Amino acid sequence: MKRDIILAGVGGQGLLALAAVLGQAARELGLHLKQAEVHGMAQRGGVVQSHVRFSDRPVHSDLVREGTADLVLSLEPMEALRYLPYLKPDGALVSDTRPVRNIPEYPNIDRILAELRTISPHRLVDATALADRAGSPQASNLVVLGAGFPFLGLPMEVLEDGIRAVFAGRADSVIASNLRGFALGVEWAQAAS
Amino acid sequence: MATQLLLGDEALAQGAIDAGLSAAYAYPGTPSTEITEHILRSPEVRAGEVVCRWATNEKTALEAALGASYAGKRAMASMKHVGLNVAADPFVNAAISGAHGGLLVNVADDPSMHSSQNEQDSRLYADLALVPCFEPSDQQEAYAVPALAFDLSETYRIPVLIRLTTRLAHSRATVDVGGRRPQNPLSRPDQPERFILLPAIAKRSYERLVSLQPDFIRESEASSLNRLSKDGDRALGIVACGIAHNYLLEVTNGTPGHPVLKVGQYPLPVRDVEWLVEHCGRILVLEEGYPYVEAKLRGLPPRSAPAIHGRLTGDVPRTGELSPDAVAMAIGLGALARRATSSVPAPRPPALCPGCPHADTCKALAEVLASRRDSARVFSDIGCYTLGALPPHGVINTCVEMGASITMAHGASEAGLRPAVALIGDSTFAHSGMTGLLDCVNAKADVTVIIVDNLTVAMTGGQRSAAENRLVSICRGLGVDEAHIRVVEPHPRNHKENVAVLDEEIRYAGTSVIIAQRECIQTAKRSARRGTQGSQE
Ligand code: SF4
Repeated sequence: MKRDIILAGVGGQGLLALAAVLGQAARELGLHLKQAEVHGMAQRGGVVQSHVRFSDRPVHSDLVREGTADLVLSLEPMEALRYLPYLKPDGALVSDTRPVRNIPEYPNIDRILAELRTISPHRLVDATALADRAGSPQASNLVVLGAGFPFLGLPMEVLEDGIRAVFAGRADSVIASNLRGFALGVEWAQAAS
Repeated sequence: MATQLLLGDEALAQGAIDAGLSAAYAYPGTPSTEITEHILRSPEVRAGEVVCRWATNEKTALEAALGASYAGKRAMASMKHVGLNVAADPFVNAAISGAHGGLLVNVADDPSMHSSQNEQDSRLYADLALVPCFEPSDQQEAYAVPALAFDLSETYRIPVLIRLTTRLAHSRATVDVGGRRPQNPLSRPDQPERFILLPAIAKRSYERLVSLQPDFIRESEASSLNRLSKDGDRALGIVACGIAHNYLLEVTNGTPGHPVLKVGQYPLPVRDVEWLVEHCGRILVLEEGYPYVEAKLRGLPPRSAPAIHGRLTGDVPRTGELSPDAVAMAIGLGALARRATSSVPAPRPPALCPGCPHADTCKALAEVLASRRDSARVFSDIGCYTLGALPPHGVINTCVEMGASITMAHGASEAGLRPAVALIGDSTFAHSGMTGLLDCVNAKADVTVIIVDNLTVAMTGGQRSAAENRLVSICRGLGVDEAHIRVVEPHPRNHKENVAVLDEEIRYAGTSVIIAQRECIQTAKRSARRGTQGSQE
């Protein structure tokens, strides 16, 4: 068992929380784990990225090699496109479709989505809409994680425990809303496949 | 034994606590900040058993650690690579005075400059100070190193440097932790006069330090962090330093197929290097940062056999951090098939948070300077406000290093470039702006200093700023004319007033200070959230 995952997004979207959930889950299963992230400047709105690697065999490198990722999971479509060189030929792409337009010249979104659709398999989800409909607007990041569930290779309960562990100490309503977001994504993925 | 999920930074911190640390001082800086944050969160600090503090700058941090070491305790100072420039004076001289309790200087280098202005390599500082340096390859070694380094420090009574690089500092892995050494009791140093660096004493101490160099090499040769594997095809021998060793194992599925010297402790283990040089046709050096080991092996002029390859020969890119792909190319494996980089994505630079007080200051400044655009220059500094260089603000002209705002404005003004405006944050002002302001006052320089006071060290995640709520009295104490110390609140509703204040002070032909004070909205949000939840810390 081995998964090399690239997580991508924009500062403030809750990407590192997803990295922490995956890390927590892999750890609970006793897998070898490395999870590198670019922290850097505290300012919001820049590129954020994390490499998450887990395996039942020792994991040497903290970084994923280009052309070897099993999954690119992105909270923003243009960021998904940026990291495709990491994906292995039959690797999966999961991305939120909603653009974060915090730069002056955001490229044509249709071109971005068209390029993303050339990847097989791909799952493009309007996570914000799903999260809004479920009354958990803050949990769109977990909707995307749920949409990626079929490609994660981790059991559902372990991921749910991971979510509880990462948000431990926050209000119960926050934990519940994140669990709901994740479940929505999983449902969506089942319907989509 | 228990396992914990730890960043490289946190593993180092936990390793130090478990090795009997008594005192930790630091100035925040990416990617080193999490070392100290981990210690601050520890039960040992909360119970008052370990002292841990953010210092005003890296120099004061290292000197405080040296003082604790003088008192017999195990102590350390942590910083980013450029912070060691600030602390270079105590670092080099602590090697002469020597340590008493174990003394560690933890430095996180940032090759590829993810969050820095250069990619200097701290191993060269260890060379300069003639002290040993550790470079762990993974989180488990980062946990183990502090105990080894404290031992070495106490055996030879010298400070020891621990070098991390970004990828290890900011990558998590499961780490086996356990075992706890007691802290040192308070004690006086042996030969206490060695801490008085008068020339006569310093000369003796320096002789001693020089005479220890062969011992340091022997320690490296015996170190568990340095390992020579003689297996495989000797046409090539590989030296892999720190994290480079992981990349090598990654791209070769754990069996490089050539002799490999893994390096985690310096000075280089000469015996192992000799073996490699004698038995291998060609040597490849894989290291993060400068071609430090490579240059040592090549010599000047380069030896003819075996040929030494690395960054200097272009086998590894000369600049930037290593990656598994770069290592694969260097050992001749070639790149894997990969998708082409799409031409569609646009760059997405970081930006000030929406509602950030610095944006209001930048806006007011831009307006005041609009009519003076030809002559006015804004000398800025290191902090979130450096983003004032980017659109839509575009108001700052320089950002060189911590403190080089007030001082450069001073020099430029005296050279005739006016108005000269300095833009500096509250924490950077405390770090190394105060002395420059004193220079301005003494010179009666025509400089307008804007201290953007967001009441925190925002860029590294909101640590406490050393001069919190004392900026006015500090400026007054340094001799700035009371009438020209102005406090404003950078907020859209005060825009007109603030423009007027800036305009007045820029017109004033002396040293003036405007303190633009409003809390960083990120820390404000965080404390609001804590407030509503009623939790502490
Ligand atoms: S972290 Fe604070 S100071 Fe920095 S950009 Fe955001 S609001 Fe401004």
